[in-house]
Amino acid sequence: MSGEDVQPVSCSIKPPVYLQMGDSETGAAPSGVCVVDVALPFGKPVNIQEITFKNYYTAYVTVRLLRKSPGQEGPAKWCTALRDLPLMDNPHTEAGSQDYCSVHRAQMQVEPDHVTSVRLILRQPSSAWLTFSLEEVNIFPHVEPNPEKEVSDWLSDLTLVDQHPDLEGLPDPQTVSSSIQQMWALTEVMQTNQTTASIGRYDVDGCYDINLLSLT
Amino acid sequence: FFFKESSQNVICLLLFDSLRPQLPPSHPAAPPEHLKEPLAYMRKAQASWEKRVLKSLNSMSTELGVPLARMRPAAEQKELANKWNEMGTDEPDLTSFRPVYAPKDFLEVLIGLRNPNHDGSEAVGVRSHWGLIQVPLNVRDIPQLRRAYSELSLTTGQLGIDDHAHIHPVIVEQDSAAAQQYSRQGCSTGLRADLWALILNSNNQPQDVMHYEQLTAGVIQHDLLVDNLIYKDVKLTASNDDYYFVFEDFLYQVLLCFSRDTAVLEHFKYNSATPPRSFIQGERMSRVIPFHGFSMYVAPLCFLYNEPSKLYSVFREMYIRYFFRLHSISSSPSGIVSLCLQFERLLQTHLPQLFYHLRQIGAQPLRIAFKWMVRAFSGYLSTDQLLLLWDRILGYDSLEVVAVLAAAVFAFRAENLMEVTSLGSAEAVLADLSTLKVMPLIQVFLFATAI
Repeated sequence: MSGEDVQPVSCSIKPPVYLQMGDSETGAAPSGVCVVDVALPFGKPVNIQEITFKNYYTAYVTVRLLRKSPGQEGPAKWCTALRDLPLMDNPHTEAGSQDYCSVHRAQMQVEPDHVTSVRLILRQPSSAWLTFSLEEVNIFPHVEPNPEKEVSDWLSDLTLVDQHPDLEGLPDPQTVSSSIQQMWALTEVMQTNQTTASIGRYDVDGCYDINLLSLT
Repeated sequence: FFFKESSQNVICLLLFDSLRPQLPPSHPAAPPEHLKEPLAYMRKAQASWEKRVLKSLNSMSTELGVPLARMRPAAEQKELANKWNEMGTDEPDLTSFRPVYAPKDFLEVLIGLRNPNHDGSEAVGVRSHWGLIQVPLNVRDIPQLRRAYSELSLTTGQLGIDDHAHIHPVIVEQDSAAAQQYSRQGCSTGLRADLWALILNSNNQPQDVMHYEQLTAGVIQHDLLVDNLIYKDVKLTASNDDYYFVFEDFLYQVLLCFSRDTAVLEHFKYNSATPPRSFIQGERMSRVIPFHGFSMYVAPLCFLYNEPSKLYSVFREMYIRYFFRLHSISSSPSGIVSLCLQFERLLQTHLPQLFYHLRQIGAQPLRIAFKWMVRAFSGYLSTDQLLLLWDRILGYDSLEVVAVLAAAVFAFRAENLMEVTSLGSAEAVLADLSTLKVMPLIQVFLFATAI
């Protein structure tokens, strides 16, 4: 990957629809199939790079895409990008049940371009589980890398002080410099507040837990 | 200008963090605790178990008025340094100390483990389970085990049984993977110590010796409450054992150092819980709280290694790779939860009459087998047999063979067990395993059971 700071597309994930077998008179039973529709921003079709999610006891997932061919009139068409991708080794047992997964465009059977809507069909045939779903669904757009960026261009950008350079994956210099300034100020404060007590590496209250790291 | 070392590290961390580009989204950022243990309810159970154990230790400290850690006065340090090699001669008063927990307490926790999303209702058609473990982990059955443990088939020679078998010569080029493969059919006695050290990458470099010496210095300087628990455990278990009592002093040395070894914190990378908050201000501790029988993890190794720093480094590596999984809650296939489930499944599938009978008389098989598995059979088998079992743990890099042996033992004694009418008499039938030959039992169970 290029290491760019790619944000997921803002999409709206509809509530999952669990399909039932039978009707309300004879007694509907869960079918083990669930449909989750993900609507992408209206009027802005997306070229999908990757779909990521966290599994919650789904055994197989099928990905369907609603694509609109650009320039051509006519309705958008549904197609299957991935059929029955297994997320759990065995639908009855835990392995894979809570894993983080991603589906890359290279795994898909069709080009996931000009997509206006994504439909995820979840299957969980085992009766061992009370419920199943996918969480934290994110769709990442495909970003074309800029092919014309060569070293000489990059160097000449550096000498043009007043121009805003074309940042390829680098954070904004203003933000970085202001954070460094803040940190500098902090170090000055800490220098003046030096005590003889040993701070110890990453110590907080005698604890070695790095997650509790604090600057105060 | 001068930075205090720790603040400098903090600044560097923050600097790197802000300048580092966002991770590409091709691998969604799973939080670190998820990488160690993917199931949320297991993480929670392990965290709450650890909290309980620590709380118990803290109350013991308060009740007995013994601090969790204290610096030894100079005279005491000198005395301890002098009798470092004969700590067993000491007879401190340990009557008021009791183990923080015993295996059966841990078993109750495992029995209570539940997946909140699991439908445990009886109406569910999934194969009903007669045993005590109620979490649906994937465990291997006999056909799968036959494929995975093909080197143990009845037609393949095993060292210790078929010593005339044709076995490839030992590879002396310090090849760890080859040593592991060799170990699957058992190590010959003379080579075992070197082979295990090779498999575990425990080469006793100068820095290992130095590390061990630093730890012994730590033992001399500070006294920990946990030390008393270690003394008591050694006295109650290893010292009472015909095979291991001669190693009493070694056991003290190794275990006292182990309880101070923060490098053991490394193993928490693989364990689901983050290291609990240190309850000893500024004192370095490994935070492994010994339970009743813990010293039995070390005792068999004393037959292989007589140099303390080497013994220590092999034990530590065995603990970090295998033994810790026997007393933590995780979904790992080598974890105690999987082993218990596998034992119960093997028994129910292949000895259903026996399982049903034992259940009817109130003798759930796991209640008997658990103590064997938690100690990887140490203290229950004769030492030569135990070492042959541990050869396979190393050879297959898995504790699964422990669950298989437990089922095989029940299969072996099935006839007698069918006659008993109470838990007590079932325990009696299975009380003495010292005459068992492990490899024939495992081989027959895996490869001769009709399926």
